[in-house]
Amino acid sequence: MSFVKRVLRMAFSWLEAGLDRIFTPACNPLYHLGALGFLYYWVVAATGIYLFIFFDTGITEAYGSIDSITYEQWYLGGVMRSLHRYASDGMVAIMMVHMLREFSLDRYRGARWFTWFTGLPVLWMVFAAGISGYWMVWDMLAQYIAIATTEWLDWLPIVGGTIARNFLNPARLDDRFFTLMVFMHIFVPLFLLFVLWIHLQRLTRPVINPPRLLAGGTLLMLLVLSVVKPAESQPPANLDLVPSQIGLDWFYLPAYPLMDMLGNGMVWGLVAFGTLLFVVLPWLPPLRRAAEKAAVVDLANCNGCTRCAEDCPYAAIEMGRRTDGRPFDRQAVVSTDLCVACGICVGSCPTAMPFRRASELIPGIDLPETPIRELRDRVHEAAEGLAGDTRIMVFGCAHGYDASALAGPGVAALRIPCIGMLPPAFIDYVLSRHLAEGVVLAGCSEGECHNRHGVRWTVDRLARARDPMLRKRVPRERIETVWAPLAEGWTHRRRIADFAARLRRLAAEEAAGGPGKAAE
Amino acid sequence: MADMLRWIGQAVIYAGMALWLGHFANRPVYTHLPPEQALIKLSVVHGAQRKGECRKRTQEELDAMNPNMRTPYDCPRERLPIAIQVLLDGEVIYDRSIIAAGLARGGSTRAYERFAVASGRHELVARMVDSARTEGYDFERAATIELSPGENFVIDFRAESGGFLFNGKSVTYTPQG
Ligand code: HEM
Ligand code: SF4
Ligand code: SF4
Repeated sequence: MSFVKRVLRMAFSWLEAGLDRIFTPACNPLYHLGALGFLYYWVVAATGIYLFIFFDTGITEAYGSIDSITYEQWYLGGVMRSLHRYASDGMVAIMMVHMLREFSLDRYRGARWFTWFTGLPVLWMVFAAGISGYWMVWDMLAQYIAIATTEWLDWLPIVGGTIARNFLNPARLDDRFFTLMVFMHIFVPLFLLFVLWIHLQRLTRPVINPPRLLAGGTLLMLLVLSVVKPAESQPPANLDLVPSQIGLDWFYLPAYPLMDMLGNGMVWGLVAFGTLLFVVLPWLPPLRRAAEKAAVVDLANCNGCTRCAEDCPYAAIEMGRRTDGRPFDRQAVVSTDLCVACGICVGSCPTAMPFRRASELIPGIDLPETPIRELRDRVHEAAEGLAGDTRIMVFGCAHGYDASALAGPGVAALRIPCIGMLPPAFIDYVLSRHLAEGVVLAGCSEGECHNRHGVRWTVDRLARARDPMLRKRVPRERIETVWAPLAEGWTHRRRIADFAARLRRLAAEEAAGGPGKAAE
Repeated sequence: MADMLRWIGQAVIYAGMALWLGHFANRPVYTHLPPEQALIKLSVVHGAQRKGECRKRTQEELDAMNPNMRTPYDCPRERLPIAIQVLLDGEVIYDRSIIAAGLARGGSTRAYERFAVASGRHELVARMVDSARTEGYDFERAATIELSPGENFVIDFRAESGGFLFNGKSVTYTPQG
C-alpha cells in the first residue's frame, strides 16, 4: 500500500510541477480539484433544471421529449444537454483524481479520516445520479442499463428477484421503476450537495470556487466540446431487441461490462470489498504516527487573541470561555480528535517568541512532540555548526522536499512539521542574533500546502498582511522562500546557491557603502 | 514569450481534457451481444403447490382461535421446489430445481436466466414440474422459433394462461398436451 502511495505521490508531484509552469501555482488545476468538482456540479445542476422543464417523465414519452430538446432546440436545449452530460463526466473524472491525490498525500488518516470517510457517500451518490440519468433517456443504452441494473439488484436475495421483470419485454414493461429512477435523478443530486457540505465540515475556509481563470477555461472547454460533439441519444429503447453494440459512458458505466464478464455476484463482491477497503483504509497500518499528538494550550501564556483559531486549517481550535480567572475573555481550546498536529497554530501564536528566556519559552499553544523551545535549541545547535560569511539556515517542511538533504558547508537545515509552524519572530531571531546571514523557508508548492494553509499564511505573515507579522526591522533581502512540489526538489539546491551568491554581494555592498544600499 | 507558451500549454491541457471527456462519454463501443446472436431469456415467477394437503379445521379448533384468524382451512405454508428444464434443439440448456423464496419457503419461486444463442431457426422446449409428481410435467411448451439477430426472445410463465408463454417476433407454437 505504501509503495502504491509513494509511486502515486511522485507521479502527482511531477504533474503538479508541470502544471505549475503552465497554469501558475495559483491556477494549477491539481490544487483545485475539490473546487473544480463543485464547478462541474453547478454546471450539471443548472443545465439539469433547464432540461427538466422540457422533459416528459413518462416512459414512452421521455425519448421523444429529449429528442426535441436535442434537435428542435439544438442551439440551447441541445447545448444544455451536452453540457449536462460532459460536466457530469467531468465530475467523475475530477472526483477520481481528487480521491487518488488525497490518498497519495496521505490525507485520509488520523484526524483527517472524516473528510475521507464522507467522500464515500459522495462517490456512491455521484454514480447513482449518473446511472439514473442515463436511464431517463429510455434509449437502447438506458434499456441496457435498466436490465443489467435490475438483474444485478435481483441477485441480492433480499431484493425479491423480480425487478428485472419490469423490463422483460414490451408486454411486461412497467414504468414504476422508471419513475423511481426519475425521482432518484432529482433527489440524489440534491442530497449530494448536503453530503458535500458535510464533507467540508472539518476544513476551515474550504476552496469551493476555482480561481476565475480556471473556471473560465473549464466552462469554455465544456462549451466548445458541447458544440463540436453534441450529446445524442442512441436508438429508442425496444424491449423486443437486445442492445448489442452499445456506446457506453465509461466514466459512469464501467461496472456494466464487468457484470457480463464476471457475473453479478462477483460485481457485488467487488463493490462490497471496495467499499470496505475504502472505509477501513484510514485505520490500516501504518497507523497515525506518535508525532501527531494534538496541540496543547498553555493557559498561562494564552491571551485569547484568537489567531490560532483563525489559522487552524482543520477547525480544531475553538475559543472558549476563560477558565483560569485571568482577565481575558476567552481561551483557545483544542479538539484533539480534529487536530492533525501541523503546528500552524504555533506559528500564529504571539507568545511563541524565541527572544523570551528559555525558562519562559512556552507559547500559548504548542506541539508536544516538537515544542517551540526545542526548535530554538535546534536553531542554536545548527548555528554552531555553521561557518563562513554566508551562513544560511533552512527551515523546511516535513512534506515537501526533504530539507535535511540541503545541509552542507555554510548551510544548516531544520525540518519542521509544516512551514506554517515557524513564527516569523524566529526569522528575526536568527538574523538579529547573527546566527546566520540568511534564512530560507522551504515548503510545498505556493498553490497548495499539505496542511492546506501553511504556505499561504507564511507568505502573508512575511508580507506583513497577516498576524503575527514579520517585524519591519527584518531585512527582507536576507530571507528566501522556496515553494516547490516534491518533484522540483532539485531546484532548492540551485535557489540556495543563488541566494548565497546574493548574500555575498550584499555583504560586499554593505562593506563598501554601508547598510541600506542592500535592497537595490 | 513565456506567457504565450503558457497560454498554448493551457489550451493543450483543456483540449486534452475535452478529448478525454468527449471520447469516453460513448466510446469505445461495448459489445454486449455479438450482432449475429439473439437472446433467449427465461423468467418465471410462480407459486408451486404446497408441500402438504390443506386440512379442514374442526369447529372446536375454530372456536379456540381469534375471530380474525378463523380460516376454515389449515394449509401448510411450505411449497414444493419447482423443476424447470429448457431444451434448445434437443439439448438441455437449463435444468434446475429451485426452492421457493421466503424463510418458510412459502413464497413464489423465481427463475431468471439468459442464453445467448445463434440467430436462425431453433426448436425450443420449456417444461416445469411444480407438484410432487415424479413422471411427466405439469407444464410444457414446445415451438419452432426463428430468431433474428439481436432479438430478445422471452420465455415467460403464467399459470392462468396455461403455463409457459413464448414471446418473440416469429414464434410458431406447437401446442402440446
Ligand atoms: C465531486 C465530488 C467531490 C467534491 C466536489 C469534493 C470537494 C472537496 C473540497 C472542496 C475539498 C477541500 C479542498 C480544500 O480547500 O483544501 C475536499 C477535500 C477533501 N476531499 Fe473531497 N470532494 C469530492 C469527492 C471526494 C471523494 C470521493 C473523496 C474520497 C475519499 C474525497 C476526499 C477528500 C479528502 C480526504 C479531502 C481533505 C483534504 C485535506 O485534508 O486537506 N473527496 N473535497
Ligand atoms: S496543530 Fe494547531 S493548527 Fe494544526 S490542526 Fe492542530 S490545532 Fe489546528
Ligand atoms: S494564538 Fe496563542 S495566545 Fe492567541 S488564542 Fe491561540 S494560544 Fe492563545
